[in-house]
Amino acid sequence: MWRWLHPYAKPEATYRLNKKLLPWFAWPGVVLLAVGLVWGLVFAPADYQQGDSYRIIFIHVPSAMWAMGFYVGMAVAALIAVVWQIRTAEWALMAIAPVGAVLTFISLFTGAIWGHPMWGTWWIWDARLTSQLILLFLYLGVMALYVAFEDQRTGAKAAGILAMVGVINIPIIHYSVYWWNTLHQGSTITQMVTRLEAPTMPAEMLWPLLVNLFGFLGVCAALVIMRLNNEILRREVRRPWAIAILKGGQ
Amino acid sequence: MARVSNTALLQQLIRRDLRVALRQRSEFLNPIIFLLVVITLFPLAVGPSADTLARIAPGVIWVSALLSAMLGLERMFRDDFRDGALEHMLLLPCPVELAVLGKVIVHWLLTALPLLLISPLLALLLSLPMQALPILIVTLLLGTPVLSAVGAIGVALTVSLNRGGALLSLLLLPLLIPLLIFATAALEAATYNLSAAGPLAMMAAFLVLALGLSPLAVKAALQVSVN
Repeated sequence: MWRWLHPYAKPEATYRLNKKLLPWFAWPGVVLLAVGLVWGLVFAPADYQQGDSYRIIFIHVPSAMWAMGFYVGMAVAALIAVVWQIRTAEWALMAIAPVGAVLTFISLFTGAIWGHPMWGTWWIWDARLTSQLILLFLYLGVMALYVAFEDQRTGAKAAGILAMVGVINIPIIHYSVYWWNTLHQGSTITQMVTRLEAPTMPAEMLWPLLVNLFGFLGVCAALVIMRLNNEILRREVRRPWAIAILKGGQ
Repeated sequence: MARVSNTALLQQLIRRDLRVALRQRSEFLNPIIFLLVVITLFPLAVGPSADTLARIAPGVIWVSALLSAMLGLERMFRDDFRDGALEHMLLLPCPVELAVLGKVIVHWLLTALPLLLISPLLALLLSLPMQALPILIVTLLLGTPVLSAVGAIGVALTVSLNRGGALLSLLLLPLLIPLLIFATAALEAATYNLSAAGPLAMMAAFLVLALGLSPLAVKAALQVSVN
């Protein structure tokens, strides 16, 4: 683990790795997202019960899933930062937070738009919705704690501890649907996987959803990588290697 | 230097903190008075009918308890941080987690114990059905240590900030929402003469989790703040 992580404690190495990884996330992400959205929003068949309004699932489900996924990613970065004292992990933590917060907001927003025609209300205090709202608050708390410190290093460390404490919330979100199980429908994809003989979602709908899922991941990971590289350059702006890159325009 | 046993040290820490607190009584009495005033506001705002009050009583009591706890939390580490005693606490010849546990216990004694004592009064003011009173006391007994333990994490993170008050609530209240949910669920069940064992068991689980894990997080947070 240490041998694998160690080189990336050096900001320059992380920067170069990011430069290499970026196209592998950005382009497939953009293409998959474009394909998935057109497929889902235009060509996928309408639902026999919900009509066309179910189509928002192609945005709602990926954003909700990655909102949680990125929080876990943030907590992992925080763990690496605390255990091995690696500065680039602290920057990664703060690069992930706003992207995850926006994903959480998108999932809540699209959920409200979906809920209005289906449940007859914009918002309901269902367990899953509430947990997602708490997740948004956790993201905001991490970001607010980070900016409250004058010393950014201290701020990132404190925010990291908070992120790790908040990760307890992730299983609560996941199991809340089983604990309370009120209005929100069960998870579509896991039902598909666990009941292969009688899937609840037809393949014409599932495929665009999966394509969108990876499209969201690619685009958001690319955003995080770009944010992280910006942060590295900003912190290392006086170092020769950073000056060379900035002057060379690459 | 003679080695002091951990329990003796813990006792000393608790005694010292209690003595310091008792010399500035208003610090820990104010949150309780705040709680009483907030509870008084609700009947004035929603109307004095006993039915309405009994229905909202579980939520009102617990929300007020959470908010008043936010007021008193800051003093857990703030004064010690300012006069440097906190650094000495981190250097004590005993696990830091133990000292943190001492701080949590003192905070619980100073804020939750008075709350427990006046809880029958709160139930009376909000016309909570009498059969729910024992459950109220049990939820407070199980929930307030969680409040102190999780609160310690937030205070440890924000203690070096000048204006940490509002931030503290933003950090802590989302983490305490599950506590609120299960406490009010237990109280509501008791109001309708149903068994409250399920939510109470969840609260007991939170208690074990919070007391076991939060000292670790507090230790890490204090080391970041003091450094």
